[in-house]
Amino acid sequence: MTKTHVTMKVNGAEVEGLVEPRTLLVHFIRENLQMTGTHIGCETTHCGACTVDIDGMSVKSCTMFAVQAQGSDITTVEGMANADGTLSALQEGFRMMHGLQCGFCTPGMIMRAHRLLQENPSPSEQEIRMGISGNICRCTGYQNIVKAIQYASAKINGVEFREAAE
Amino acid sequence: MIPGPFSYHRPASVADAVKLLSDLGEDARPLAGGHSLVPMMKLRLATPAHLIDLHGIAALKGISRNGNNLVIGAMTTQHELLASDDVAKSMPILHEAALLIADPQVRYRGTIGGNVANGDPGNDMPALMMTLGATYRLEGASGARDVPAADFYQGAYFTALEPGEILTSVSVPVPAAGHGYAYEKLKRKVGDYATAAAAVVLTMSGGKVATCTIGLTNVHETPLLAADAAKAVIGTGLDAATLKKAAAAAEAIMAPAADARGPVEYRKHVGGIMVTRALQRAASRAK
Repeated sequence: MTKTHVTMKVNGAEVEGLVEPRTLLVHFIRENLQMTGTHIGCETTHCGACTVDIDGMSVKSCTMFAVQAQGSDITTVEGMANADGTLSALQEGFRMMHGLQCGFCTPGMIMRAHRLLQENPSPSEQEIRMGISGNICRCTGYQNIVKAIQYASAKINGVEFREAAE
Repeated sequence: MIPGPFSYHRPASVADAVKLLSDLGEDARPLAGGHSLVPMMKLRLATPAHLIDLHGIAALKGISRNGNNLVIGAMTTQHELLASDDVAKSMPILHEAALLIADPQVRYRGTIGGNVANGDPGNDMPALMMTLGATYRLEGASGARDVPAADFYQGAYFTALEPGEILTSVSVPVPAAGHGYAYEKLKRKVGDYATAAAAVVLTMSGGKVATCTIGLTNVHETPLLAADAAKAVIGTGLDAATLKKAAAAAEAIMAPAADARGPVEYRKHVGGIMVTRALQRAASRAK
């Protein structure tokens, strides 16, 4: 099959590559770009581990072809840290609130939570839970992931984070 | 899982897309959001030789008014439907149902055109479009035609779309001011298709139901209009006996498949409950 030349912006850098039309975006990111932060979980559009941010949308990169991302602006978990290399509010939230155990779902969780907070900087607990409903975590029971996002929301809004009483 | 090989086409106009479809014949498939087709391709249950990606066609995007109708471009995503104030205000049932489709990531990509054109009995928009009296615009090499949603579905994955045609927009009449509405969907988890779902749009007058339409999702190989159930509630105050009669009339036309969502009897039973709940909730919202 003839390969197609694609160019796109990933974490602020222009990248290019030769791909078959059938190459899934997640494979392009992991194999061509060697950026393995984006995970492949279920491969069936259910688990959300492969979520990346494309032109302001959270997208499951296992369900889009790399050729479809031609010219787009993509952020992966590798692009989430602050410019000076320190942890972003979300990353810090996951660290401080123990928002991960095995860590497999974490890149997708962080990318989804990133877009959620861009659209709604002060989500309620219910809005957070619905907002990450396309991401499956088999370890945490979600409690600490929700807290991690609440922590990030508080930090972004410049208010003190207080854990709700359980 | 990697799909089989195919050639990728990205036309910039409906005319180009239609020409590609008719030139390439049966081996070509239009690609909308891709959240039904791409998973099928990964499982090799679909192996199109050509994909015609509709994302490059600006004319297929957006929501506009045409008289009393909302005209929604086929490539408008569920996320865009949810972001539309016009939809939320004039057709809130569409907002309510879109929010129950799949999950946030899928809604950024999934389109209304793909949802209604695929013919999957599990999709939510088809029964809703039938309930709202929507019309689909189909465009092919020989021109455009309009087909009512109620005449579009012929069987699971079989629709009125002819080879070489693309569904380009959906035209939905805005329901009467003060109407009541509800989309009740029973599902096992976020992202699942309905075990059973019911759409109700009604108007009330003096405490009685004046008009009513009921649609059913995933309880038959096609979406259904439950006409007898709707007729049973007209002129009533939705008392317990009437609700029971309506649920029974709706269950009488259901023929769901037995699958992981439950055996036939269960799915019919909960289908009746969805009708009851949707009627009650719609009536409580009617002004």
